[in-house]
Amino acid sequence: MKLILALFLALMAVPVAAQTALPPAPWADRQIPDAAQERKAKALMETIRCLTCQSQSIADSGASMAGDMRSEIRERIMQGEQPEAIRSWLISRYGDWVSYEPTAAPILWPLWAAPLLLLGLGLLLLRGRIRRKGQK
Amino acid sequence: MIAETGLAALWLAAALALLQLILSFAGLRGGKPELLAAIRPVAIMQGLLTALAFGLLITLFLRSDMSVLLVATNSHSMKPWLYKFAGTWGNHEGSMLLWVTVMGVAGSAVALFERALRRDTHMATLGAQAAISLGFYAFLLFSSNPFARIAPPPEDGQGLNPLLQDPGLAFHPPTLYLGYVGLSVAFSFAVGALLTRRVDAAFARAMRPWVLGAWILLTLGITAGSYWAYYELGWGGWWFWDPVENASLMPWLAATALLHSVTVLATRDSLRAWTVMLAVVAFSMSMVGTFLVRSGILTSVHAFAVDPSRGSFILALLAIYIGGALALFGWRIGTVREGAPFELVSRETLLVVNNLLLSVILGIVLIGTLYPLMTEAFGHKVSVGAPYFDRIAGPLALSLMVALAVGPLLRWRRDDGRAAARKLLIPLGVAIAVAASIAILAWGRMGLLPFLGLVIAIAVGVASVLPLWGRNLLRTPLFTWGMVVAHLGCAVSMAGMACDSAFTVEKLVAARPGDTISTAGWTLRFVQIMPIAGDNWTALQADMQATRGSSTVAIHPQSRFFSSPPTSTTEAALLTRWNGQLYVVLGEEVDNGRWQMRIWWKPFVTFIWLGGVMIALGGAMALVGRERRGWMLKWKARRRARA
Repeated sequence: MKLILALFLALMAVPVAAQTALPPAPWADRQIPDAAQERKAKALMETIRCLTCQSQSIADSGASMAGDMRSEIRERIMQGEQPEAIRSWLISRYGDWVSYEPTAAPILWPLWAAPLLLLGLGLLLLRGRIRRKGQK
Repeated sequence: MIAETGLAALWLAAALALLQLILSFAGLRGGKPELLAAIRPVAIMQGLLTALAFGLLITLFLRSDMSVLLVATNSHSMKPWLYKFAGTWGNHEGSMLLWVTVMGVAGSAVALFERALRRDTHMATLGAQAAISLGFYAFLLFSSNPFARIAPPPEDGQGLNPLLQDPGLAFHPPTLYLGYVGLSVAFSFAVGALLTRRVDAAFARAMRPWVLGAWILLTLGITAGSYWAYYELGWGGWWFWDPVENASLMPWLAATALLHSVTVLATRDSLRAWTVMLAVVAFSMSMVGTFLVRSGILTSVHAFAVDPSRGSFILALLAIYIGGALALFGWRIGTVREGAPFELVSRETLLVVNNLLLSVILGIVLIGTLYPLMTEAFGHKVSVGAPYFDRIAGPLALSLMVALAVGPLLRWRRDDGRAAARKLLIPLGVAIAVAASIAILAWGRMGLLPFLGLVIAIAVGVASVLPLWGRNLLRTPLFTWGMVVAHLGCAVSMAGMACDSAFTVEKLVAARPGDTISTAGWTLRFVQIMPIAGDNWTALQADMQATRGSSTVAIHPQSRFFSSPPTSTTEAALLTRWNGQLYVVLGEEVDNGRWQMRIWWKPFVTFIWLGGVMIALGGAMALVGRERRGWMLKWKARRRARA
């Protein structure tokens, strides 16, 4: 069932191939010398969505736009900006959609509540069963 | 003629499915179980006809018959034969024909091999299978005809997406589909048993091998797909929480839960209603997954051309089958009696915990996958991805692993908690020792989840072999061995995931031929870059020497260019060692003769898929063990009867 994903990537690859004439952004595929900073940048990149491909983070996308975003993130991290500040900046620019990290926006409350509700419901059913055994 | 024959075979198969449905309906209404003898050959013939149609489509692809629209749009005469062959299902129509074929063949297998089931339930099961098949025949014949002709035929085809031109295509989709659609048998069994009101241990014993078979193939299919994505996409990731992946994970989660609950039902005659429910849910998840993937509903916003009429067709099928089965469940479940009771400290309780956790994970994956669609309806676009799923499903999966360690050590029905706790002292001690040594060696370098994952994986690895403790290993039944191997596989896989996410070393460089790159104990010498040509592609290939310790190996990462359709792909060079994998990707030329390279050392990453294969192998051992035992018992009984 990887097929659709793969198909999508292939579709994306055409414009990417056509864009190779442009020089890639300086920090797209270059690590920050400071390992701690690079770790921070990488952790952030893994939660930022590539805007031109299907369901991939910019940390693992070959699209040139993802490269530009990686470069931007690394440069901002090197200037000492905090990852969450960079995320807010990206969200203000591209919308909530760009972040895989669900925010605390009210529209997402049901999403965070879902696991608790499911677990609670399950335990409720389970409790009923086991109590009945106890009576035996 | 071949295409027309194929189409005729499909229509005939559809007609036979209708006949099968009518016959089993008549048999059930009239209370004539002897009609089963008439239904069997119909089901077998139907399976043969779908197999024939599928074989004919493969033939068309192998012959590169460009007068067939599907071949012309998805194949090319210059492709290697393997990809002509596997390209048969590398597209919408072909994969739906594969779906229908698996469904037909599974139906004939049920007609041919099922002997344990009561005759009336067997008949109802075949009827249900025919009813599901009919919907998919209609889908194929009315909106996705794979045999449509094109006139005039084009000179040559448009080719197959190069990312799919990989041996993985020959193995992964058919295995996954066998698993996906194999679950339809469990669904039909559940519907059949609800119709005849015979949900009991004998029913569970009859259903178990079919569930197990589908589950083994699903496990293999997902494992293969994950490894394929890992080496083909070129970024070293092995699971992306992509909707398409989630679509394959959901049926697996349901089938895993079903596999465990059906064992409770077969052994202890407990969890009756729940098992039937899970059998319905498992195949429903297969259909939901197919709907999500085939309709393009989750990708349509991103300008991926899909035919909306197809989406609504599958949605209608979904509504009919899932809704119908649930309605039947609601209507009949009152007549299914509560099963045998059990106490809190018992194997049943742990299996219920297993089912609870798997169901909650399933619910989360489903909600998380669909959530962006729901918020979009309110005009708010959000992304739900790895950070959410990891954070929620991760702790649940870890709890599940703990249950996995404890469950097999408990007795059915009731057990002495203290005796079980004593046995658990060994894995607990291992867990503490491992946690302490990792804390000393790698403090601060690991996230909490990978840390817990590794500790629990190792402890569970020890606990999973404890059921063999103190037993005569030669006399231990094969299915017990199967359980041990599968559970050990879970631990192995989880250890691989934890190591990959905690200890992977990444290095990005722009290197010139002649440069030397050092990372994670490896020394890589970039010798030269060479153009090379394959059957239907050209490539730039880097010649490199990878050295660790005293051994040097040549590796060749490539960047490939395909002309039909024009696409470039990366072929990563993978070097597998017992303790990990070196993963090298050749990128673009950046400036004045420097080449972008991505290099990863991934400790124990191969354990992820090794574990997956072990899980499937354990399933196969359990299947063979149970079946063999069944034959032996039958054989002994027959001999006794004769004597």
